[in-house]
Amino acid sequence: MAIGEVIEAQRPRTLRVPRGGSHSAIFLAAGITGLLSLLPLLFVLYVAVTSGWDTIADLVLRPKVAALLLNTAALLLLVLPLSATLAVACAWLIERTDLPLARLWSWLMVAPLALPAFVHSYAWSAFAPRFHGLGAAVLVSILAYLPFVYLPVAAQLRRLDPALEETAQSMGKAPLAVFFRIVLPQLRLAILGGGLLIGLHLLAEYGLFVLTRFDTFATVIVDQFQSVYNGPSANLLGGVLVLLCLGLLGLETGLRGDERYARVGTGAARQRRRVMLGRWKWPALALLTAFALLSLAVPILTLSRWLIAGGAEIWRLDFILPALGQTATLAFAGAALTTLAALPMAWLTVRAPSRMQKLLEAAHSYVGALPGVIIALALVTVTVNVALPLYQTIATLLFAYALMFLPRALVGLRTSIAQAPVELERAALSLGRKPVSAIWHTTVRLAAPGALASAALVGLGITTELTATLMLAPNGTRTLAMRFWSYTSELDFAAAAPYALLMIVLSIPLVVLLHAKADRADQA
Amino acid sequence: MLQLSGLTKTYGDQPGVDRVDLAAPSGSRTVIVGPSGSGKTTLLRLIAGFETPDAGNITLDGRPLDTVPPHQRNIAYVAQEGALFPHMSVAENIGFAIPRQASNRESRIDTLLARVGLSAAMKSRRPHELSGGQQQRVALARALAQQPALMLLDEPFSALDTGLREAMRDMVEAVLREAGIASILVTHDQSEALAFADHLVVMRDARIADAGQPQRLYEQPIDIETAKFLGETIIFEAAIRGGVADTPLGPLAVDHSDTAKATILVRPEQVRIAENGTLARILHSSYRGAARRLELECQSAGHFSIDVPAATSLTQGDSVCLAVNGRGHVFRSR
Repeated sequence: MAIGEVIEAQRPRTLRVPRGGSHSAIFLAAGITGLLSLLPLLFVLYVAVTSGWDTIADLVLRPKVAALLLNTAALLLLVLPLSATLAVACAWLIERTDLPLARLWSWLMVAPLALPAFVHSYAWSAFAPRFHGLGAAVLVSILAYLPFVYLPVAAQLRRLDPALEETAQSMGKAPLAVFFRIVLPQLRLAILGGGLLIGLHLLAEYGLFVLTRFDTFATVIVDQFQSVYNGPSANLLGGVLVLLCLGLLGLETGLRGDERYARVGTGAARQRRRVMLGRWKWPALALLTAFALLSLAVPILTLSRWLIAGGAEIWRLDFILPALGQTATLAFAGAALTTLAALPMAWLTVRAPSRMQKLLEAAHSYVGALPGVIIALALVTVTVNVALPLYQTIATLLFAYALMFLPRALVGLRTSIAQAPVELERAALSLGRKPVSAIWHTTVRLAAPGALASAALVGLGITTELTATLMLAPNGTRTLAMRFWSYTSELDFAAAAPYALLMIVLSIPLVVLLHAKADRADQA
Repeated sequence: MLQLSGLTKTYGDQPGVDRVDLAAPSGSRTVIVGPSGSGKTTLLRLIAGFETPDAGNITLDGRPLDTVPPHQRNIAYVAQEGALFPHMSVAENIGFAIPRQASNRESRIDTLLARVGLSAAMKSRRPHELSGGQQQRVALARALAQQPALMLLDEPFSALDTGLREAMRDMVEAVLREAGIASILVTHDQSEALAFADHLVVMRDARIADAGQPQRLYEQPIDIETAKFLGETIIFEAAIRGGVADTPLGPLAVDHSDTAKATILVRPEQVRIAENGTLARILHSSYRGAARRLELECQSAGHFSIDVPAATSLTQGDSVCLAVNGRGHVFRSR
């Protein structure tokens, strides 16, 4: 599940009519990836079956788990409605009113994405050390994840046909009624998609909640994993966490229903008139300024403070350069592997849709919803029990990345393949190329720029991945995120600062890519 | 009765609408026609209240609309492609302006559906399940439901196929006439404009070029541009003596007093092939099914085309004699 997917999902997808001929090699490749994607789910089933009812009752039905469930519920019930409301309000102000500097604000709303969630909470725990618990967890989560729902909502607001609102107005509805009866219902898919993304991140996030001292399933699982490797308790809690993720997915699917809010008709949308804010301009500016201050100014100021306080000493290049090198290597290798793994599926989805293809695609997509801890637990169990030589190797870590970021790569590839005309493939075939070669030299070549962009998104995701990296990386691996994390855990905020800065700088392209993607989405 | 006086709206330094005066009596069907960019849609949006004029004013049944927001004007607006609400069914769309507690809500929706020629089975459909013509019908029913004082239609037929377009135009005309609702329709299609209007307004470069009965505008337009915009033309200059112009097509009765030099309009359908008269040569002849179109070259009247019965034996290169039916129109201006 990736933010790009939420933006894309609202666009009615046009699928090619299936055509004859078998693509057995491609189907086989997609099938292997699909089966491997099922590993984490099989792991959870394996744990549930082999543990026996008594162990499950013992380890799951206890007050600690109830407390974790309560924490998770409180987190979801506070963060999701607040983020949705805030995102809709900000998106409306920026896209629909005469608010000054709208362009700048739309960048500032997305900019928090450049900071990994655990860097946000690092900044807050250094800025206000006494601020922790549920309140801190909720605030920092909103600050870190708001762009996930802001981006699709803003894109959808731009895409709505202004004639709908004008017609409703001419039918005697006051502006407020028009907003609630015409605009808001059409933002539903965007809000649900963004909300699901935030919900899944809340379930998966480790670093943010450790630093705000708020226990969630992810933090407790990692703790237990670090004290007793591969223990049944961590595995069973993992099972509960997977159920929660599936529950969220199911809830979103149920709420979304079978709706299609596409634009009816094909005419060019007219430039819309912006609402005059008048005296509401100042409260509106205050709201956006407050968000920018909390989500950007606090982290940047805190970080600057530690960077200045640390001086030249904290720039231990003998540590930083190897970390940078390792991170870059992992990011490049992981992005390449993930993109290659997603390629067969992406091609099948666009060119040869079928029932089987839908099943395979679902297998590819669901892993993205699973937290990194689950994928890590599954791979640890599998390698320890089945393929010990692979335990704690780079190969296993890259495989984990591929599973985690498969949907992200799939979405980008799907879109760029759909834009390459199928006629070219057919022309290459009729000129005597074998199918795979024909596809490689036409569609894949044309889709390369889009594929590069989605590979970049994957690589950037790997750059700031913490949980699975902590659990799976071979001894001696020290990525930027790991260095940052070990200093932060020792409360050495100054030494951690250069790593935070590097991760932020490396994530800026992510912000630019996502902002551009949302900009383009409304031209569809 | 809708009245516009001195209405002006400028976008940057581009005039959108420039000092427009217009009156549309209750129950009348006004059509504003003009090439794209002539300001006709801007005019419609000013009347609906989606735009605020820079100068001039609008009154509806004597009530000034300057400070009235769109939702309090009771002016219905049918957008180019219907603008049906995609998240609502057909029945919900039509019932949007009918209060929820109205006891006859359902029966009113049924009546409106029937009025625009849709079956009750359509009620639960979603807009994307309808064809373009059906969407326009629902949009019309939805606009009728609010019982508006005036209905604005912004190129409502432009997205439809040619055949469907005429059927829809006749249906809309009939429905509006029965309901007695005044309407203003905007289009760039002159044949649609001539067929729908009882009051026709031709716009050009943000201003009203000519306005009046469609037949008067077609036969006696105010200037050459309007004449050319509304149909094909044959235009020449001639002297008028005793109410008769001495034209390249022979002597022609005109609607103007004597003058040494006048610019005269004849519509090609006034020209017929006769036993004797002005000589012309057939440059090209093309078969059109019901008729045959002859492209003619005539000394000093230039090139023009006329339609003749398809059964004619005339072919390219033949010479024919031409005569003119009816009267020629003399342009007053310039």
